[in-house]
Amino acid sequence: MTAERKIAVAMSGGVDSSVAAALLHEAGEQVFGLMLRLSDGSGGPENRCCTPEDIAIARAVAGQIGFPFYVVDARAAFEASVVAPFVRGYAQGITPNPCIQCNRAIRWGVLLAHALAIGATHLATGHYARIDPASGTSRLRAGVDPRKDQSYVLYVLTQEQLAHAVFPLGELTKDQVRNHARRLQLPVAERRESQDLCFVQGDVQAFLAARGVSATPGLILDQQGRPLGQHSGLAGFTLGQRKGLGIAASEALYVLEKDAARNTLTVGPRPAVGRQQFTLGDVNWIAGTPPSMQFEAEVQVRYHAPRVRANIRRTGDASAEVILESRQPDVAPGQSAVFYVDDACLGGGIIQP
Amino acid sequence: MPAPSIYLDHAATTPVDPRVLAAMLPYFTDDFGNPSSVHIFGQRAEAAVDQARGRVAEVLCCQPGEIVFTACGSESDNLALRGAAFAERERRGADTLVISAVEHPAVSRTARQLQDNFGFRLEVVPVDSTGRVTAEALRPHLTARTAVVSIVYANNEIGTINPVADLAAECRALGIPVHTDAVQGAGQLPIDVRALGVDLMALGAHKFYGPKGVGALYVRRGLHLLPWLTGGSQEGGLRAGTHNVPLIVGLGEALYLTSVERETRNRHMLGLRERILRAVLERIPFALLTGHPIDRLPNHASFVLPGVDGNSLLAALDLRGFACSSGSACKSGAPEPSEILLALGLSPRDALGSLRVTVGKDTQPQDVDRFLDLLPVTASALRRECAPPT
Repeated sequence: MTAERKIAVAMSGGVDSSVAAALLHEAGEQVFGLMLRLSDGSGGPENRCCTPEDIAIARAVAGQIGFPFYVVDARAAFEASVVAPFVRGYAQGITPNPCIQCNRAIRWGVLLAHALAIGATHLATGHYARIDPASGTSRLRAGVDPRKDQSYVLYVLTQEQLAHAVFPLGELTKDQVRNHARRLQLPVAERRESQDLCFVQGDVQAFLAARGVSATPGLILDQQGRPLGQHSGLAGFTLGQRKGLGIAASEALYVLEKDAARNTLTVGPRPAVGRQQFTLGDVNWIAGTPPSMQFEAEVQVRYHAPRVRANIRRTGDASAEVILESRQPDVAPGQSAVFYVDDACLGGGIIQP
Repeated sequence: MPAPSIYLDHAATTPVDPRVLAAMLPYFTDDFGNPSSVHIFGQRAEAAVDQARGRVAEVLCCQPGEIVFTACGSESDNLALRGAAFAERERRGADTLVISAVEHPAVSRTARQLQDNFGFRLEVVPVDSTGRVTAEALRPHLTARTAVVSIVYANNEIGTINPVADLAAECRALGIPVHTDAVQGAGQLPIDVRALGVDLMALGAHKFYGPKGVGALYVRRGLHLLPWLTGGSQEGGLRAGTHNVPLIVGLGEALYLTSVERETRNRHMLGLRERILRAVLERIPFALLTGHPIDRLPNHASFVLPGVDGNSLLAALDLRGFACSSGSACKSGAPEPSEILLALGLSPRDALGSLRVTVGKDTQPQDVDRFLDLLPVTASALRRECAPPT
């Protein structure tokens, strides 16, 4: 006799998590929905129960399918462990990925603990990823839809978290998921994809300015240190970025370097962009340990970036040295580099400045 | 399959008594007439409304003509407050509303709107730490400017019963109209308006095993109210709109059954309630009773469990098959501490950890015992894993 599973589904009001919940329910699992309340939204201070549209839609999906649904107040934790570090990172000139931090601290931190405390045995999400519960040690694998694979943002998961995780969409493509939504007549079938920076409404610069990270104009320099023009504030630029520099030049120019201390942006031609070698901090090994002190794998340096062959050397408990097969334009401090062998995600870490 | 859930939230609403439903059903179909019509269809419907009105008047010890049917308890409160405020301002220039700090939003938000948008003054009478209004606290607020006083009979969140008769006597001595919101209390407390000495009293049927969507307001003969729903001349011109005959019949039947069975029901519920109070205070560390320990509704147990997030506790209990409530209950994940609990002097953090358990006439002792076995472990798991933010 197997122990009874009770699966909390992290819902967002979007297509993926709604279909994930519906498919589990259809498969006869005991399911309930949990939704994170991450910010105050636009309800206004006099509105004790503000009901943003997303919560209303997720609740409607739960009601239509017929499983319980609750909202978890994670406003304080989200501010402290996602938004504040994001703002701090930008102020220091790096480009943090808040989705990674949200998965680590909120979804698989606060929400998982909450789900287990109120009676769940598992937490399911609408991520496109798969888990192989190999004997003893769970393996995280990419979702079968290469365009939607989200294992990248899940590299932070530990064995303890994976033991509770369920990814009902890992074997499906996005088209199949949309078809399920239509078949089940979910009110979310045609909803647009959620945005990466869910807590920023509109312009990132304006958001950062409102948080005290002022956009101070400064110089744009070439590789020899000669001024080429002015930038409107470092926070608006990412390493490897080409567009929006506002400089007329004979060849395309890319952001090579951001110097927060001097408030300058260094630009140069494409061959000079990016890095081939970098160190990682905050490294997580999905299996708990690296395969060996030094190993070959493919590395993905940004969400949806192509994977590149690399040599990885463990340099400490939570640090590693990565040497890519070739220089990559997308290597940006604050972003995560994630290791793969075939479709297995081994772990990853945060690119250091 | 999980066992069917046990309902321990009778302060929120109650199931319709099958006898009440049976009384209502003919008026949806066979006797569907409009009581205002001249023909026999209308006459039969009118007779049903009259009979319901007579039954309500009998329970309230008043004249049938003093009963106004409305669409809910909140509407009754609105008609009482707005109606009396405007009429008294016109009649004698009184412009001040006096309410207690533990009113239902149907009263407190209505009074606030009258203040913010209609030029009235609002005074709020503080309560003691059990949530009670005393005559001493009320007295300084009673002046020639007082248009109407509104004191809740029994509060929905903490169950505390106010000494309405004493408070009404203070008002009556000065000729000030006094309203009591008896929506929560009517199912369990005596509602003889002569004994209470009130001028206005609001009821809602779904709190005493009647249907949702119908309420009543007692309006003492001679008291002038400005009507708020204008149109036809139903309900003595105080509340326009075609009578909702089946629901009015349901209210009459439900109130009649309640008056007949009140003592039996209360005895049953009080036994279960005492069991809950004792068990929670004994078995859950730091649990505090909210509201009055004795002068409280016989079906009502309410607590603060410091360090436990009320919303999480409700979800955890719901998933284990028990439906309860919390003062900060919020379906969108942005709970605010209840104003009622803050008025008792509780800290905002403690107020987020409230739990309300309200039994009903058909609640089974063994279900209460199962609940009481489960609650302490559930609360302590939550205290560890998802304490409210500091």
